[in-house]
Amino acid sequence: MRYMLKAGLAALALTFAVSAAQAQEKLSIYHWFEYIPQELLDKFSAETGIEVTMDTFDSNEAMLASLKAGKLGSYDVAVPGDYMVEIMIGEGMLDTVADGELANFANIEQQWLDVPFDPGRKHSIPYQWGSTSFSVNRDVYQGDINDTAIVYDPPDELKGKINVLDAQGEVMLLASLHLGIPQCSTDREQLKALDALLQAAKPHWASFNSDGAKDVLVSGDAAVGMIWNGFGAKARAEGANIEYAYPRQGYVVWMDNVVLLKDAPNRASAIKFMDFLLEPENIAAVTNYARYAAGVKGVTPHLDPELASQPESVPPADAPAGTFVAVCDQATQEVYDTMWTRLKK
Amino acid sequence: MAAELASTRAVSRTFEPVRAPLLIPTWVIIGFFLVAPVLMMLAYSFLTKEFRGGVIWEFSLAAYDQFIFDRGLFGDEPPQIEWTYIVIFVRSIIQAGVATLLCLIIGFPTAYFIATRPRATRSMWLFLVTVPYWVNLLIRTVSMKFLIRDNGPLNEALLGLGVINEPIALINTDFAVQLGLFYSYLPFMVLPIYASVERYDFALSEAAADLYANRWTILRRVILPIVRPGIVAGCILVFVPSLGAFLAPDLLGGAKNFLIGSLIEEQFKGNAGNWPFGAAASMILLSLVLIALFIYARRQARRSAQAL
Repeated sequence: MRYMLKAGLAALALTFAVSAAQAQEKLSIYHWFEYIPQELLDKFSAETGIEVTMDTFDSNEAMLASLKAGKLGSYDVAVPGDYMVEIMIGEGMLDTVADGELANFANIEQQWLDVPFDPGRKHSIPYQWGSTSFSVNRDVYQGDINDTAIVYDPPDELKGKINVLDAQGEVMLLASLHLGIPQCSTDREQLKALDALLQAAKPHWASFNSDGAKDVLVSGDAAVGMIWNGFGAKARAEGANIEYAYPRQGYVVWMDNVVLLKDAPNRASAIKFMDFLLEPENIAAVTNYARYAAGVKGVTPHLDPELASQPESVPPADAPAGTFVAVCDQATQEVYDTMWTRLKK
Repeated sequence: MAAELASTRAVSRTFEPVRAPLLIPTWVIIGFFLVAPVLMMLAYSFLTKEFRGGVIWEFSLAAYDQFIFDRGLFGDEPPQIEWTYIVIFVRSIIQAGVATLLCLIIGFPTAYFIATRPRATRSMWLFLVTVPYWVNLLIRTVSMKFLIRDNGPLNEALLGLGVINEPIALINTDFAVQLGLFYSYLPFMVLPIYASVERYDFALSEAAADLYANRWTILRRVILPIVRPGIVAGCILVFVPSLGAFLAPDLLGGAKNFLIGSLIEEQFKGNAGNWPFGAAASMILLSLVLIALFIYARRQARRSAQAL
């Protein structure tokens, strides 16, 4: 699917590039797949006269790899998750937004203003935040689903019917929560246990798929799908009889952020776009489309009322708090990377 | 084959004086698109991996070491032979081999059929073979996925007809990958075989029949040896790209078990971010293919020498 999206977008980008050859202001976005409504981009173009092109990725790691492989300098903004913002700052891949450069900076909600992954919000603004766990098809399985064992040590009726996100950070964190071990562990016994857990779980998984995570649930190819909450809500809206789990061991929370990339070819357009996304009405349009939550004040009147009661957005009272993916140091991360390679081989 | 080789050596005198300049475009293309990328890959495979993608310009054998030795999760256990990548290579070779075999089984009769049609209708048949290939490979692979999924049309039809009682699990299996590869590369088999069969003089079959050869013998002793270059070309054209394919394994195989293509892709675009290792795996694949082709060419040359 990711190839189809890419091919389509590349073709689209080409058409745009050709038609916009008459020196017009441009904006080049590197974004997740299926994460912004086309109408909103059209609205931005109509308001500012800026021609927008967009490429998509399907994991934070794939985005980082592509930017490092030479794409840095061809995009203006990207939309990495929390821990990836921290990594990109460390890699020196982000430009700084000066104080006062964003007219709508004050619209950012207090709790998302001074975040650990970008202290003082010098490089990024909130885009959407949500959680990652998994949805279970209730026609196939009626038991208790609020348990990470559904994915990592599944009951017989779910074996071989599980799709897992092709996202190292989230798969590893959820597995660590299942075992009750910390992230970025350096304890060999814990790491070995994590490795063994993943190796033992893999035979029960049907596929690794992120951009098809919704489709496999809707089509019934998978009975359990590790998924982002809003994407799960969309799968349910498309007719899958699924329920989103809030495992008692914990689950992942994340925030995606619009970052200003270093060497942005259209820096001024990028600032305009970030300001545009800090308007409550505009970011609410993203939320209504993607079914997550915005980090901007005053969005509520613009939101689809159904979102307030959407089970994917409202954890039950007894659910634990979610956990952000942590950034490990190089030596530790390399062990996790080895584990991931051993898992995927 | 021998006759062909000999004939290409006789270069026309007309172009003798300007031959070198006329060859410049070819050399530029070979140099730019073939030699330079391969040399770059070779160089990268001996560099040090940078954390989170990229390379450090320091000589290192780590990539090849990783391919051959398993040093455990923490990299400090005594080295053992690493079977993982060997298994991936063997798996890929088997997948590509099965796909090639499927292509040959379907492709040869198809090519024979087309070549034996009246001249006027041949181009129409060829045209029909190529029609599906106007659609992008990705879209064809995705369509295949929709066709063979558990509640897709294929399983629904078989269930409806009462042939099976529950859906056959096709998607996310090795067979699905082979099917996808077969479908992707079938014309590469049909077209070269067609070109060979079309040039075949059917008077030879008649002569053989006059000498009391039955149909099977004619096929085996007369037709096959003559159209063999076409078959070999077809097999190479299907086998080699199948070996490096990553679309079919990703989409139809569920991205669960690496094949060579997806292994290499992961090193550059995925979580692994290990460029030197990706380059080393590519070099090893390239070397294996080259060695196989070289051995084949040697045997071929010896055979034609004997024939002369």
